[in-house]
Amino acid sequence: MVILIDSDTKAIVQGITGTQGSFHTKLMLNYGTKIVAGVTPGKGGLQVEGVPVYDTVDEALNEHEADASIIFVPAPAVRDAVLEAIGSGLKLVVIITEGVPMKDAMEFIWEAERSRARIIGPNTPGVITPNECKLGIMPSHVFKKGVVGVVSRSGTLTYEVSAGLTQSGLGQSTCLGLGGDALVGLAFVEALEMFKNDGETDAVALIGEIGGNAEELAAEYIKTTEYSKPIVAYVVGRSAPAGKRMGHAGAIIMGRSGTAESKIKAFESVGVDIAEMPNDVARILRERLG
Amino acid sequence: MKLFEHEAKALGVNFNLPLPRSLLASTADQAREAAKKLGNSCVIKAQVLVSGREKAGGVRFASTPEEAYQIAKILLGSDVKGEKISKLLVEERIPSKKELYLGLVVDRSKRCYSMLASTEGGVDIEEVSEKAPQKIVRRDINPLSGLREYEAREIAVKLGYTGRQLLELTSTILKVYRITVAFDGELVETNPLIETPEGEFVAADLRILIDDSSLFRHPDFRDRAMKMTEEFKPLEMKAREKRLAYVELDGDIGVVGNGAGLVMATLDMIKHYSGKPANFCDIGGGASSERVSDAIEIVLSNEKVKILLVNILGGITRCDEVAKGILAVRERTGVIKPMVIRLVGTNDEVGRRMLVEAGIESFHSMEKAAEKAVELASEA
Repeated sequence: MVILIDSDTKAIVQGITGTQGSFHTKLMLNYGTKIVAGVTPGKGGLQVEGVPVYDTVDEALNEHEADASIIFVPAPAVRDAVLEAIGSGLKLVVIITEGVPMKDAMEFIWEAERSRARIIGPNTPGVITPNECKLGIMPSHVFKKGVVGVVSRSGTLTYEVSAGLTQSGLGQSTCLGLGGDALVGLAFVEALEMFKNDGETDAVALIGEIGGNAEELAAEYIKTTEYSKPIVAYVVGRSAPAGKRMGHAGAIIMGRSGTAESKIKAFESVGVDIAEMPNDVARILRERLG
Repeated sequence: MKLFEHEAKALGVNFNLPLPRSLLASTADQAREAAKKLGNSCVIKAQVLVSGREKAGGVRFASTPEEAYQIAKILLGSDVKGEKISKLLVEERIPSKKELYLGLVVDRSKRCYSMLASTEGGVDIEEVSEKAPQKIVRRDINPLSGLREYEAREIAVKLGYTGRQLLELTSTILKVYRITVAFDGELVETNPLIETPEGEFVAADLRILIDDSSLFRHPDFRDRAMKMTEEFKPLEMKAREKRLAYVELDGDIGVVGNGAGLVMATLDMIKHYSGKPANFCDIGGGASSERVSDAIEIVLSNEKVKILLVNILGGITRCDEVAKGILAVRERTGVIKPMVIRLVGTNDEVGRRMLVEAGIESFHSMEKAAEKAVELASEA
């Protein structure tokens, strides 16, 4: 058992006919992911990489069984695409698109909660369970089946840390990017909860960054649940000035809140090991796991 | 995106928000005329985007049109915290019995708007929340139903109002909420919201920040944001035109990388080795060689930069494209500033060979590259 996705996961791709959608559909299929259908309004009847395309999610689900959707549509169309996926009964929606308006994100995240669906992203590299399923855009060669659960707010940094875990022989159980936008669905706390209950995960690597308070909430959760598995946290943005967005819409220090110092302090106060550099993550976990 | 006060108030007028009468002036003569029309005694407010305008002398009082003229003459063309004043808002003076605060913020952990209200307005609300949190009424708003009228009424009741004032304040709260939703506010606040001796409420100041990600549906503001030079340094504006995420810092090591997290990590690492980064610059995923050259050119045109550190972990970004971009800049501009390159991932062998042939060393490890860059900067 791993978290969120495994070799049985069947997915549809919304926005499959676009440049990004079709390119990554091919890469996901190559990885072995079961992409059963694609959706692009107005392009129903086409095929992309041998995958049939439908005009609506509902039509796609009439013809194919699926558990999840991965979304590549442009930002202005994301709100509707997510609501359509949830409305059709899908329980996992991964949003790759970057820069979704906050007002739209609020709406579909609350709607998902009401429908008991999970939203990952927006602005996420996706989720990968090595050797089983990749629902995302990450370079797959970096990952190797193993025992560390990785949860991160950054794409390339996930690859950097995962490459280190692969080299050290620890590998990854499941890696998931929470997304770089200011408002995202799944947060650290839910991810930690899933990793805690997952038999294949022995330890967790948590990669945070400035902005918001998701890391502080994670620290609180770790303390109150007396989290049973080793966690290493790596938090970036120590040199970021207040009031400036550092690439991600969500990476911004507002006034005095959301600093890297505050997050690191929160983790330290509950006994979580802090990595100073990406390579430290694998080194520390090696020591902790013996 | 920050709106100027006069832009925010123009939106407020459309929603019938109670506002002071005001006129915009870009010359001292206009300011005098405005003061006459408004009834002599007025407030003159510099239209700038920097915060802390009042403390920096950007808000002044005039009791005659002549005084308004003199103040305008001093303010126009001068600057507030480095931002040049080109426009003034001349506004009638509102007598105040009490100053309130009313604001809508985005709560990132609850993923909704929260309404904050307080009878301790006129000061920094962060200060109030630290010193007297019990003086702030907070209400989270369900995004699926929006702020309901009774919820707005409950806020007004909690602030201690009754009768006609209760109804009036409820209506003002709803208007602030409607403005927020209509314009994708990231922050909308009126501080102070003045309670006059007659018991009326007037939004003396109105601050609106629009969510940058929503600008596609607010084309007027999007166009203004592209021209807006007040909030950004010249190189930041240039980067904005090229759609690069660039933030200027005050060190001497220029940084270019792919991915926001990786670039932030690079800056932290430079700091860890006691160096000083000159900027943040993220080329994003799948960058072409042109995009790489554009980014490097912008970073190098900052005169403070002594060394360039490029950190690439290729996924959808191809290392050969990056190498091509690096070499193109050297050719185009004849740059002689030293470069430290870290290049791994998709097509890295090809990319690295291209660099070696041009006499540029590259690293596998990001730590080693950062250390080297700091070492070179300290020698330069």
